[in-house]
Amino acid sequence: MTRSIARNTSMILTNLEGVPGKEIIEHYGLVQGSTIRAKHVGKDILAGFKNIVGGELKAYTELLQESRKEAVNRMVMQAEQLGANAVINIRFATSSVAPGAAELFAYGTAVKVQ
Amino acid sequence: MDILVFLILIGVGYFIGNRRERQHYEDIKRREKGTLHVPIMSWGAKQDLPYAHEAEMFVGSVVVANDYFKTISASLRNLVGGRVTVYETLIDRGRREAMLRMKESAIEWGASQILNVRFETSNIAGQSQGGMGAVEIMAYGTGIR
Repeated sequence: MTRSIARNTSMILTNLEGVPGKEIIEHYGLVQGSTIRAKHVGKDILAGFKNIVGGELKAYTELLQESRKEAVNRMVMQAEQLGANAVINIRFATSSVAPGAAELFAYGTAVKVQ
Repeated sequence: MDILVFLILIGVGYFIGNRRERQHYEDIKRREKGTLHVPIMSWGAKQDLPYAHEAEMFVGSVVVANDYFKTISASLRNLVGGRVTVYETLIDRGRREAMLRMKESAIEWGASQILNVRFETSNIAGQSQGGMGAVEIMAYGTGIR
């Protein structure tokens, strides 16, 4: 399991209002990425068993991590298209849009730093 | 027959769930002690940026589910109201676990501080209709070095 939130990219990602040690020279506005994922039926059944003994649902944790990475990657791609080299002030949101499906959403401000 | 299955499920949920919770708490306490040297701040966005060479965002997340005993005990609690301690410990465990995961990945990267930490909690509706199927808790913040 890789620890990083985004795929290999030179983009600087922070949820501060700037990049420490660097200066913002250009703003490109809001960038966002989202993905909607549904669960695998088999995983759901296994999770049902897990509901008897409780604890962490590893399959779901991994699924959501992977989806969040996807959302961040889409955001990064959008920022790359704009010519930015950093995304600051990133926020996450999760909502369950339908039974069994969750939307993972990431947004931030694309900037160029020096 | 039905009542037997019900009792077995409650028993299994109670004993295994309790044991796992105890183990998890011991694990959390041990890891929290081991990561105490890196301070975590929930501010950072509105202040002047701290001096640092590099910054990177870290995310830790966990999905926790309640056991059968907790489900039943919480639904009984619903009749009279009040504190639902069985859920309190579950969410507490999840939140601490999520923060530890974020912290550990930041330490691996070499962070000296973690700033602007935020938590996000969302209900991942399980196969069960209504109530708490499973809850996803995520913690995110920016590590600097």
